[in-house]
Amino acid sequence: MSDKGSDEPVRDPTTIDYLRHVDQTDSNPAKDFLRLPVHGPGSSFSELLKAHAQPRDPLVTTRLEVPEGTTVLALRYADGVIVAGDRRATEGFQIAHRSIEKVFAADDMSAVAIAGAAGPAVEMVRLFQTELEHYEKVEGERLTLEGKANKLSQMIRANLPAAMQGLVVIPLFAGYDESRAEGRIFKYDVTGGRYEEDDYHATGSGGKDARSSLKKRFRHGLGREEAVTIAIEALFDAADEDVGTGGPDLMRGIYPTVAAISSEGMVELPEETIRLSFERLMAARSDEMTTSATHPVDVRRPREEE
Amino acid sequence: MPVPYYVSPEQLMRDKADYARKGIARGKSVIVLEYTDGILFIAENPSATLHKISEIYDRIAFAGVGKFNEFEQLRIGGIRLSDLKGYSYSREDVTAKALANAYSQTLGNIFTAELKPYECEILVASVGNTTDENELFHILYDGSVTDRQEWVAMGGQAEALGAYLKEQYPDSTPDLKNALMVGGSALGSVGEASSPSVEQLEIAVLDRTRPRRKFRRLTDDEVKKLL
Repeated sequence: MSDKGSDEPVRDPTTIDYLRHVDQTDSNPAKDFLRLPVHGPGSSFSELLKAHAQPRDPLVTTRLEVPEGTTVLALRYADGVIVAGDRRATEGFQIAHRSIEKVFAADDMSAVAIAGAAGPAVEMVRLFQTELEHYEKVEGERLTLEGKANKLSQMIRANLPAAMQGLVVIPLFAGYDESRAEGRIFKYDVTGGRYEEDDYHATGSGGKDARSSLKKRFRHGLGREEAVTIAIEALFDAADEDVGTGGPDLMRGIYPTVAAISSEGMVELPEETIRLSFERLMAARSDEMTTSATHPVDVRRPREEE
Repeated sequence: MPVPYYVSPEQLMRDKADYARKGIARGKSVIVLEYTDGILFIAENPSATLHKISEIYDRIAFAGVGKFNEFEQLRIGGIRLSDLKGYSYSREDVTAKALANAYSQTLGNIFTAELKPYECEILVASVGNTTDENELFHILYDGSVTDRQEWVAMGGQAEALGAYLKEQYPDSTPDLKNALMVGGSALGSVGEASSPSVEQLEIAVLDRTRPRRKFRRLTDDEVKKLL
């Protein structure tokens, strides 16, 4: 018996930690949220999450082989911006997924397109979406497009340790800036560096090929339909050159995602429109390739549509 | 040494309840009505920026009366709780019932454990796929919860408004226009002006026909057009 006296209850040593644990974690966790808005995390959801989430597992020191998203692009047109992405995820030289979604609405007026390690990228998008909505609800107004772009930049910066291990996430952020009444495109580097692009950008394994395609076809003040055609052509070119990029999967009926963001908000194009656009493109190209006597199997740029 | 004087718990609670009720009675009122496509919120609120009605989650909205800083604290807490839950699990796992319970616990604790109770009353509403699936939880300053249907009136003129709505709320669920008229005339029946001007009202709906986020504020122009 302890010398503290008999009123001290004898505790089973295996349960003490458990009891203490219960005591320490407030029996009513809701209380914190409901009563400390001033000293709490303000209107930032990621700060709130940090305060309540378990610390992350330490990362392994070897490079990880995980599914990667491949090609995404964005280009400006007269009323806003087009965002598009193929549907393939690769794992080394294997296809990890045939119909992954890489273009996400961040909110009504902006979209994130992801390339790189798919797991952390999709998670980052989910956190970003929640962050924007959380801010809007708490503050009663939306973040500016500039504010959203900066927030995403910080999130990419926070991913740097994971990126050093091979889990690189490089999103493309595009949206309609209501104060300037135009579409804007932001690209990032792995340290969270944020660069605004004037006209178009593409990233991911087929990014370079898509950019080359966009470079030749882009003009200022494009109509929406033309811009969509150009985006689809760029994705097709990327798929043509890059093994990681998925082209239209006719057998399974899987087509790239294309979305348009304007003052009206974000609209994802129906699959039927995208399919028809691909069919037109392929018909034009195959005509050209098969009728040419000099280059029977050459892949050349198609004639400009009249 | 001063002798600590005895106050009976009944007396203590009665005093606190009186204090809270008086605080709430000084404020303006909020009316919540079910209509065919969802739930309508009407608040007497001359300010266009300090809201009494707010979005909490996809299907859930909040309305508060009484002291602004107190129900604002509860509102932000509710958004935090819901967003955290939806992010950790799934969006469908965020329910009005759980939120109402958290509010009720918090207000109950404050009422009993603290010197000053909160002088506010809140409503947590969730719009369902049908009117029967709507949920309206009315939570009082002491944490007591009531599950309501058809209409709720809170704030300064709650009793008079309740009496009016009991008479005037139609037998079958009204459409948005009729619900607005019933709500507007209810507020008119208790105020000095015969019917409050649209600019003096804060109006929002949880509209089940909307895609994901059902909450929407109605602008003055929209309301005028509807009426």
